[in-house]
Amino acid sequence: MTLKASALKVGDTHSERVVENLSRTQIVQYAGASGDYNPLHTDEVYTTQIAGYPSVFAHGMLTMGLTGKMLTNYVGDGTLTNFGVRFTNQVWPGDTLDAKATVTAIREEGGQHYADLTLSTTNQDGKEVVAGSATARIDP
Amino acid sequence: MAKITFPVEASHIMMFARAVGDTNPVYHDAAAAKETTAGGIIAPPSFAQAVAQFDPDYFLRPKPGQKWFGSAKGPTGIDEKPASSGGLHAEQHYEFHRHIRPGDVLTVETKPGKVWEKESKRAGKLTFRERITEYRDQSGELVITARGVGVTTERPVDQG
Repeated sequence: MTLKASALKVGDTHSERVVENLSRTQIVQYAGASGDYNPLHTDEVYTTQIAGYPSVFAHGMLTMGLTGKMLTNYVGDGTLTNFGVRFTNQVWPGDTLDAKATVTAIREEGGQHYADLTLSTTNQDGKEVVAGSATARIDP
Repeated sequence: MAKITFPVEASHIMMFARAVGDTNPVYHDAAAAKETTAGGIIAPPSFAQAVAQFDPDYFLRPKPGQKWFGSAKGPTGIDEKPASSGGLHAEQHYEFHRHIRPGDVLTVETKPGKVWEKESKRAGKLTFRERITEYRDQSGELVITARGVGVTTERPVDQG
């Protein structure tokens, strides 16, 4: 499914719960798939006793991946032309995250239609963990 | 920085999609993926980061015969105190010229970008370092341009 410019308007939103009660095991699963084995994400002993954090925490890139799942479910497969995020707060085991995309512009460039979106992923306390933007190709 | 060869395999894409909890068949089911707008299996948008698997010197992967800074018998496997609380990821941006597919053999080159500093109440002096990474395919065509920003903090980020 690709979004259609004719059926889309600025201000339209799509949101999804992208993870509920994030487990340490999922963080380890992401470490294995991505190749980033930083102990800050995988090693509670190191992270609490040496690095000085209250527990391990998620890779920023795991939160980006979770946000990307919501985004591609909305804009369709293989249509993204840009996707960028800032990591604004850490994500911890036990967090539940909701990701939201908001259409900010619908435009045409060289005969191709595009939708610009802003992205925001928040935790169970309403704190934003990822702020971002994206552009996707859409149908007329 | 040396160029890294990143061979893209369907099983790796499947494992990566699983890790981000994405059950979309376009990432693991060739027959179903063929019927989508992507026309076949593609990689999730942030998969490019998994190039770390193919960097022989990647410092966040334990290597045989080398001391690892994570815990083992003690809370860290190295004698000296780590230089900082560890780098954190501040920003990541991707520009997709097309999407990565299984069978791609990507050549990945990273160049340093801007460096800047900022004072923060929650973590002391912050040093930001930008890295620009180009992913090119077997024909030399640009597939993804990535811009990452890492930050090193003076002390752990205060959670208050």
